[in-house]
Amino acid sequence: MTLFDGIVIGGGHNGLVAAATLAKAGRKVLVLEAAAEPGGAARTEEFAPGFRVSSIAHVLNRLHPDVMKTLELEKHGLQIARADFIPSVALSKDAPPLVLHGAYGEVLTGASSSEQSAWKDLRAQLLRYAGILKPFLSRRPPDLGGMSLLETASLGQTALALKKLGKEDMRDFLRVLLMNVADLLDEQLADDRLKGLLAFDATLGSHLGPRSPTSLLGLYYRLAGEIGGAAGAQLLPRGGMGAVVVAIRTAAEKAGVTIRTSVPVARIIVEKDRAVGVVLDNGEELRARTIVSAINPATTFLDLVGPRGIDTGFMRKVKNIRMKGDAAKLHLALDRPPQFTGADAADHKGRLVIAPSPDHVERAFNPSKYGEFSPEPAMEITLPSLADPSLAPDGACVLSAVVQYAPYQLKEGWNAGKPKFLEAILARLEAYAPGIGKTVRHAELLTPADIEKRYRMPGGHWHHGELQADQMLISRPVSGWSGYDTPLDELFLAGAGSHPGGGVSGAPGLNAARRIIAMKG
Amino acid sequence: MAQATRKKPVATTANAAVSARTLAQTHFRTLRLGTPFQPRLDALAKTQDWYNWAGYRAPHSLWDEELEYFAIRSQAALFDISPMTKYRIEGPDAEAFLDRVTLRDVTKLRPGRVHYTAWCDDEGFVLDDGTLFRLSPTRFRLCSQERHLPWLLDSALGFDVTVEEETEAVAGLALQGPTSFAVLRDAGFTGVEKLKIFDLAEFPHDGGTVIISRTGFTGDLGYELFVPADKALSLWDRLMTAGELRGIRAIGYTALNRARLEAGLIVANADFTTAEHAIRADRLRMPDEIGLGFMIDLEKAHFNGRRAILEARTRRRLRHVLVGLEIEGNIPAEHAIVYYKKSQEVGLVSAAMWSPMAKRNIAIASLARPYGDTVVEDLWVEIYAMRELQYQKLMKRAKVVARPFIKLDRRTANPPADF
Repeated sequence: MTLFDGIVIGGGHNGLVAAATLAKAGRKVLVLEAAAEPGGAARTEEFAPGFRVSSIAHVLNRLHPDVMKTLELEKHGLQIARADFIPSVALSKDAPPLVLHGAYGEVLTGASSSEQSAWKDLRAQLLRYAGILKPFLSRRPPDLGGMSLLETASLGQTALALKKLGKEDMRDFLRVLLMNVADLLDEQLADDRLKGLLAFDATLGSHLGPRSPTSLLGLYYRLAGEIGGAAGAQLLPRGGMGAVVVAIRTAAEKAGVTIRTSVPVARIIVEKDRAVGVVLDNGEELRARTIVSAINPATTFLDLVGPRGIDTGFMRKVKNIRMKGDAAKLHLALDRPPQFTGADAADHKGRLVIAPSPDHVERAFNPSKYGEFSPEPAMEITLPSLADPSLAPDGACVLSAVVQYAPYQLKEGWNAGKPKFLEAILARLEAYAPGIGKTVRHAELLTPADIEKRYRMPGGHWHHGELQADQMLISRPVSGWSGYDTPLDELFLAGAGSHPGGGVSGAPGLNAARRIIAMKG
Repeated sequence: MAQATRKKPVATTANAAVSARTLAQTHFRTLRLGTPFQPRLDALAKTQDWYNWAGYRAPHSLWDEELEYFAIRSQAALFDISPMTKYRIEGPDAEAFLDRVTLRDVTKLRPGRVHYTAWCDDEGFVLDDGTLFRLSPTRFRLCSQERHLPWLLDSALGFDVTVEEETEAVAGLALQGPTSFAVLRDAGFTGVEKLKIFDLAEFPHDGGTVIISRTGFTGDLGYELFVPADKALSLWDRLMTAGELRGIRAIGYTALNRARLEAGLIVANADFTTAEHAIRADRLRMPDEIGLGFMIDLEKAHFNGRRAILEARTRRRLRHVLVGLEIEGNIPAEHAIVYYKKSQEVGLVSAAMWSPMAKRNIAIASLARPYGDTVVEDLWVEIYAMRELQYQKLMKRAKVVARPFIKLDRRTANPPADF
């Protein structure tokens, strides 16, 4: 039997990043993936004969540069060029769209000149403020109890960065930090389409409407991400998100990581408050010095460790992590590419957003508070097969959309509600791309309930825990345990449920691995 | 106007709902609840000296605190412990559940036995101490000073166990003192002589049953009796009648408090601040800091606070120590400051008395380590003795001594002595 230094539970992208980073530091690492393929919610999967799509995450906008560098992902086939950046397109039913080009709207078209200059100012401000938060949103959160010299120094650097903003700007940064995004947009912009797009981006993937307090943080989180060195940039990876995972996987395997698939872990073995191994659901027992859980934190403690081995206070916190997804994923196999009103060919290759105004997004959000889906949902659409024909049969087209809001606990239940929700979504699409309905060969709608089941994400929440102020930074996944270590010796968390959160960033996995390496000296 | 007329009925309905709710809630009409024994206590309460024990009206004294104390030591004293918080914990996982919540090894507690234990939060700080009664393999009663239902229920996650508060449903009496066994025997509790210290058994009473344990808070021969609230008065009467010729007396807390101090026992939120009550971070105490380190069993299965306790021990982060003191002279050093070399403040006395049994001036104090731990010489207490509207400050030498301050053979003698 081969003895491993570390076992990583969960072969999602964070698990693979953690494994690869550990292996590069000389550890013998085994990754255990429950599904038949690694990649988690960042896979490319066939959903209809000949049609393939990025299963949950479909836009790459925050893969951490340190992950790119540490794992040498470019060498392993992940090419990122400025030319691949895609625009964000705010669709209109009856007019040409408003388009943010380059890295999150370096150039804005389709708006009045006064709006263009207002946007220029706002964009600069948003990026400046997101830049302050960026170090917080990438590194291990500060350990308030016993800060190391390095941590204190980096915290000091942030303070310095704040100071460098100047007095007025710093005050404004603090003023707006916990604001709702709608109010901020109303202060600075006039065009509803632009405001709608930003309101959508700020609330994407969370149980917040644009008028919910702190909703601006979501936009900062988005803009703290970068790709190809450009903050706010986004692209559709060639081959789908699965291609990113393949690059990470290759890096991991080159570094000596062993990956086993179709091996769900049933239990983490704990002896005297120390994690010493895992038991697979087939009864096989594997032991290692370090156990890294790159799956959901609640699953890790409630199911794999079990409450008996952990203190009551900690379990109470874990049980209280809010993670009820409010977004659905739609995959359409289309006979031919759709035509969205007013959008040109380049626009169609971009990220097409249906969110005509902040009011619209807010109204879409309202019913979800009471367990109902949005009758007029907001959505983010991509047509990945336009740039990458390998994803669809000749002449046909793949549509991939994130649709909000779709509350995990739908009052009528998703069995009854899903067909109705699909109908509402298709009606919405038909309004923006007349004729699209007739071309639908196959439709796959993943509600949070489906996402939970298929991807083992409790609540069907992509972030493995709401990404809101009270569940971020030193409170993620739970207060007192944000540094990837856990109350059990040699058990670490490395998934999106840990700081900084979800999205294909690799940051939780990288930070966790770095923490493990640092602890062993 | 139209709006106003529409609104009016809504407001009326709301008011009606509020009044209905108010009527349904009568708790505030009785500021201090009576216990099931209240009619008997009221009849005996000559001093009318009441205090608030967990929301109940409990007597400090009933007739004479000095004589009540001597009733414990020379006769039989009856003390109403009904206000004590009681939880019924039952189920196939009850043992494992309690083993996880509390410090001591519950798997070693046999059915029919009682042990004194404590429980901690994640940080290893003591939430409370109390007694755990194992009534059957799957049924326990946990008695404590403070209330813990949310903590116990949250701790029950993943265990097949039910936790119910039974403070109101179950009445309790402590019968303590040299003649207590004889009183029980004469009251007709056949077989009570078989109870060794920390044993419990069920006895028939008034068509139901009473659980009698050989436990107590006095360091003396004594028993505790738990009975359904509706059988409380008949139990009281049964004991009082049987004990008449053996000097049975009802007593209040002041007398009991003296007896417990002589026995060296601590009281939560008197000798230490429980974790959920402490506001100041340095008031929290680990078991090792209040003399309960003996309860910690690192060999048993995981329990709340284990990690923190172990870490504090290895990193030598235990900041306090609770000690017994013997103080020169005979003036009780209640709440006196403890000094090292008469000048450096190192702690505080939490309970003190002149002990009639030990014939010593005794105290329990919390000191900042190393004082009281490795440095035990040259300790002093400063007693402020009020002498006709003037404090006389006395600096008295204090010696760290072992607890209990008195050891009575009759407490553990088998069979229990017949006085």
